[in-house]
Amino acid sequence: MQLITCPWCGPREETEFRYGGQAHVNYPDNPAALSDQEWARYVFFRDNTKGAWAERWSHSAGCRRWFNAIRDTVTYQFRAVYRLDEPKPVIS
Amino acid sequence: MTTTLPRRPGAGLPDHPRFLWRNPEPKGTYDIVIVGGGGHGLATAHYLARNHGITNVAVLEKGWLGGGNLARNTTLIRSNYLWDQSATIYEHSLKLWEGLEEDLGYPILFSQRGVLNLAHSEQDVRDGVRRVEANKLNGIDASWLGPDEIAKICPIVNLSADIRYPVLGATYQPRAGIAKHDYVGWGFARRADEAGIDLIQACEVTGFAADGNQVTGVQTSRGTIGAGRVLLCAAGNTTTLTDMLGLRTPVQSHPLQAVVSELLEPVHPTVVMSNAVHVYVSQAHKGELVMGAGVDAYNGYGQRGSFHVIERQMSAAVELFPIFARAHLLRSWAGTVDVCPDASPIVDRTPYDNVFLNCGWGTGGFKATPGIGWCLADTLANDEIHPYIKPFSLGRFVTGALVDEHGAAGVAH
Repeated sequence: MQLITCPWCGPREETEFRYGGQAHVNYPDNPAALSDQEWARYVFFRDNTKGAWAERWSHSAGCRRWFNAIRDTVTYQFRAVYRLDEPKPVIS
Repeated sequence: MTTTLPRRPGAGLPDHPRFLWRNPEPKGTYDIVIVGGGGHGLATAHYLARNHGITNVAVLEKGWLGGGNLARNTTLIRSNYLWDQSATIYEHSLKLWEGLEEDLGYPILFSQRGVLNLAHSEQDVRDGVRRVEANKLNGIDASWLGPDEIAKICPIVNLSADIRYPVLGATYQPRAGIAKHDYVGWGFARRADEAGIDLIQACEVTGFAADGNQVTGVQTSRGTIGAGRVLLCAAGNTTTLTDMLGLRTPVQSHPLQAVVSELLEPVHPTVVMSNAVHVYVSQAHKGELVMGAGVDAYNGYGQRGSFHVIERQMSAAVELFPIFARAHLLRSWAGTVDVCPDASPIVDRTPYDNVFLNCGWGTGGFKATPGIGWCLADTLANDEIHPYIKPFSLGRFVTGALVDEHGAAGVAH
């Protein structure tokens, strides 16, 4: 089983975690001003990157905190994990 | 003295024809270029030739024909969907399945052995009864069965009240069934090739040449190929193509795993699905138990998934079918499925006038193969979206007219 490193708890088994999809999708600054098209983009449309991409995970059966990770969607290898208040690391 | 030998597991599969298809060099230009040589692409090619007499067509495949999700699905075919829009396209497809072996002149081993969708809670029962009534209104064969009737159709289901999720009833569609997935793809490919359509393998699309809102050609690992119209049928790899066109879709690519057991005597006469305990099981012609469940939660293009997903699905299978407990698992694998937020496909024209998109079939694309091929061929031939696929526009995510099959189909297709 894949081990995922929680930024607070360290490496734990994959079954302790829940997936949260693409990271860095911010709630709209001015929701009342959004068109239907823009709402659709925010609600439904995400990147679907093949390769390294930033995504959210929750350590749901552990500390229950959310964090971000850069993971390769082809090899499933975690390249980096980082807290929500940390900037997205640059992965070469 | 004569003895009758028991049917040997693995025996009795039909032989293949000696010649399947050519391996042509790509021509400079085609009236229609289909990207993706899986079930949907090959079916579209066949119906372009058969229904419309259009044969100046190429199917481009980056690997080999039918080597993606067509080779990796669990071969279930049914049309008992809740919503009218889904029922229409899937029932159209099921009717085509019923005559497909004759149409293709190829043994696809289509076996209408029925599907049971089990209910394990009061809410499952209400949803199931509702779906049966909706199916009847759409002219689809469906009935609601109690546990006694389930036992007559599939005696090996554990109907004891003493299990974690007791079986309270099931919906039943007798015309549902399974087919030999590889043979289906090869049958379509052989017919399309016979008609003169070029099936070009090991030909990966690397870009598109555009002029205004028209795509003029497809750049590939085997050179640029001019195209009058283009159809994208790349399932889990759709985003790779749409990114090249600067087009965004709401699909996410996930691993979807399946497993087979060793070859067994015939023990399982039908198809059983359970969304609540989360497994679906049939027995293939050769004798393997074929089992699948839901997608792995994370995005993934790796054609493999996590072991704990298989573990959970096996525990569900053994709970529902105690006699499977000693069966050995032979193989597991995964495909890459393109899942839409409402679990319904996207079939639409793109902002490029002559480029059409077929994606988002997620976990349920195999059963739609002939139906969507038929509708896409009609769409390409007439340059107008076929009425059966109009509800599956990309615009529904803006208007809110979603076709929400999550509630009806759950994750299991």
